[in-house]
Amino acid sequence: MKPIYLDHAATTPLDKRVLEKMLPYFTENYGNANSQHSFGQTAKVAVDNARKTIADIIGAKPSEIYFTSGGTESDNWALRGTAKRYKDKGKHLIISKIEHHAMLTTAKELEKEGFEFSYIGVDEYGSINLDELEKAIRPDTIFIGCMYANNEVGTIQPIEKIVEIAKKHNIVCFTDAVQAMGAIEINVSKLGVDMMSFSAHKFGGPKGVGALYIRNGLDLGKIITGGHQERTRRGGTTNVAGVVGFSEALRLSRESLDKDNEYIKGLRDRFIERVESEIPYVKLNGSRENRLSNNADFSFYFIEGESILMMLDLEGIAVSSGSACSSDSLDPSHVLLAMGIPAEYAHGSIRFTFGKDNTLEEVEYTVDKLKEIIHKLREMSPLFKLNSEVKNV
Amino acid sequence: MYNEKVIDAFKNPKNVGEIENYDGIGTVGNATCGDIMQITIKVENDVIVDAKFKTFGCAAAVATSSTATDMIIGMTIDEALQVTNRKVIEYLGGLPSQKIHCSVLAEEAIKKAIEDYKSKK
Ligand code: FES
Repeated sequence: MKPIYLDHAATTPLDKRVLEKMLPYFTENYGNANSQHSFGQTAKVAVDNARKTIADIIGAKPSEIYFTSGGTESDNWALRGTAKRYKDKGKHLIISKIEHHAMLTTAKELEKEGFEFSYIGVDEYGSINLDELEKAIRPDTIFIGCMYANNEVGTIQPIEKIVEIAKKHNIVCFTDAVQAMGAIEINVSKLGVDMMSFSAHKFGGPKGVGALYIRNGLDLGKIITGGHQERTRRGGTTNVAGVVGFSEALRLSRESLDKDNEYIKGLRDRFIERVESEIPYVKLNGSRENRLSNNADFSFYFIEGESILMMLDLEGIAVSSGSACSSDSLDPSHVLLAMGIPAEYAHGSIRFTFGKDNTLEEVEYTVDKLKEIIHKLREMSPLFKLNSEVKNV
Repeated sequence: MYNEKVIDAFKNPKNVGEIENYDGIGTVGNATCGDIMQITIKVENDVIVDAKFKTFGCAAAVATSSTATDMIIGMTIDEALQVTNRKVIEYLGGLPSQKIHCSVLAEEAIKKAIEDYKSKK
């Protein structure tokens, strides 16, 4: 059996049609999009077209799309750029507790530089606490940032409401849409957000390329200084093949969004149904309805996630875990902890994220293997025997 | 990330479980990441004739407990006290650096089980 990839939230395979579009920009049309000669102009046209395609799809103007090296750079730019530009107005910024590390680590750095952060909590389903958010606002607040959909448990945030609150108080509002972009129809101008980050490899595009949407008229500090690329706001030779791949991947994923979502959701729901009915002592983390259609995040009680991940990998099934043992920091998932999930259950968490290339057969096989693995590991667990009647379930 | 020996010990761990009428039991937890390990031993004339483990932890924790219990079976309790996590790691051909602390669990659980045995004598 060929390996089964169930980690689409980490990254997705590059769509072959995307690769086709990219290839000429490596070997034939290799010009620097900033050069004046015809090589450069060919590349520039490709970049301009990509920018326009992306802008059209998300309801933005081409002049509002800034290409970057990916989600992390875009998040850094939004956060640092705001801090840098508006520090005279205030030094207080607000983000949620369940942001990606690209945000959280940057916030920690900015704290060292004298900025203050409020970290807004979430409810048990991973949805941001709007009251707490509004209460955290101070006269010197310059930034509100919350991800569009969470990468671990897939919870979709009440982003319209967050934007509304930010606007009411006239505060710059940002959303990290890295995880949401390929799965939800996003329209930035309708949403009214000031900035939004994207990453191409989450929806069939190449790694190493992404974008930051910056609403026209919003001033923002620079974090990468260099040449005149990206209207002098972000230096660095444009990754021509990358942005071509980005736009094509987005176009294709939008074209079949409803169909793909329905299919993926079908697989995911079948998976959840079987796991819940056939494996005792499990908990689906996150919201049942309000979640990305590809995501199923489970805690398996009495056992540890890295062991589950490794055993699945030995069976050719790739997943990820929020366990402390599978993180280099030895802390369990900050997202699950923020949701109030006890550390020992966070240790036993596994994220399964499905994609359009997965099959029902793969789902069934995965559940079959998972059952065996969970049983085997529980037999090995010192916590399990404490609950002796558990054994008979 | 893990070498083949570690994977193999993880995949087919030996000595899993709990000895029914054990002579010594050692349960240790690793505060760093909340892992727990339990080792039970059966001792005859100060020689460890059987050892079993249960663990809540990562693949390295499982592999090192399997290896460590395997090493101490047949040893006198004094010899078993000399089994350090270094020796277990060496036997397994190395562990990733962030996984060294897991191997300490097995060493500590063995020491505790022996202490428990001694205290009951
Ligand atoms: S037991 Fe947690 S990292 Fe090994």
